[in-house]
Amino acid sequence: MTLTRWHKPEHNWELSPFRGMTTLRDEIDTIFDRAFGQLLQPGHSPQLLAGWVPAVDLYEDKDALTVKCELPGMKKEDIDISLHEGFLTISGERKSEQKKKEGEVYRTERYEGRFSRSLALSSKVNHESINATYKDGVLTVVLPKAEDAKPKQIHVNVK
Amino acid sequence: MNAVANQDQQTVRPQPIPHEREREFHVPPVNIVESNDHYIVEADLPGVAKEGLEITVEDNELTIIGRRTDFQEVPNAEVLYQESRPGDFRRVFELDPTIDTSKINAKMQQGVLTLTLPKAEKVKPRKISVTD
Repeated sequence: MTLTRWHKPEHNWELSPFRGMTTLRDEIDTIFDRAFGQLLQPGHSPQLLAGWVPAVDLYEDKDALTVKCELPGMKKEDIDISLHEGFLTISGERKSEQKKKEGEVYRTERYEGRFSRSLALSSKVNHESINATYKDGVLTVVLPKAEDAKPKQIHVNVK
Repeated sequence: MNAVANQDQQTVRPQPIPHEREREFHVPPVNIVESNDHYIVEADLPGVAKEGLEITVEDNELTIIGRRTDFQEVPNAEVLYQESRPGDFRRVFELDPTIDTSKINAKMQQGVLTLTLPKAEKVKPRKISVTD
């Protein structure tokens, strides 16, 4: 029997020069999961891919459609609302304030810049009497339904 | 020199968020800026009025809670589409010890909370003039 020098198995993962790579890969995966994993959960808007996508809600009662949009920190003048062929579009721009430019920035998680959201309206609305209010960073647009879109009650006379 | 090196690490550092326990809270996005004499923290809290804010400092921890008193609901209306999520906002920050917690100032405007956290007088950079 000859004595040979003992070798560790060639593909011993522990010693593999690629071991570092797996860790690195894991780390990159984690980063991507953190960044994009959220997107797959319901209720999350794909903000990372599309910039600022403010949350929009649509409500309906018998007289009106109501749209609510979360737009914290806007100026009233910077919000545009338009109605075109049954689509309501809310757009605007959140501008960065001067004071952010001085000093050292640690975190900028708040979105800045332009956004635009469009919603198809399920009923005809009366263009003349649309009303919008902006309070506590939430925009509320009330669109009264056109007369012919309101549910009508028909009396049936029973003889 | 040490003091300078430390400054990088001791900021208003957001705490890791314990996911399971506080699922009912949303974590608002924040901006944090440091200048020579203060930190500014801005947080997006849409739907929160001044009355719904609860800001507390305990030891070295600053907690912001924003409650939406009348969450977006429209009375007697049917929800056709909803992206906003009900629930209140909460975020906890570890404070830099140089912050003078007695002088923290909070301002709420259109759903954005702005906190100004002044640094204590003694840590502000000072110019020392040389006398002959």
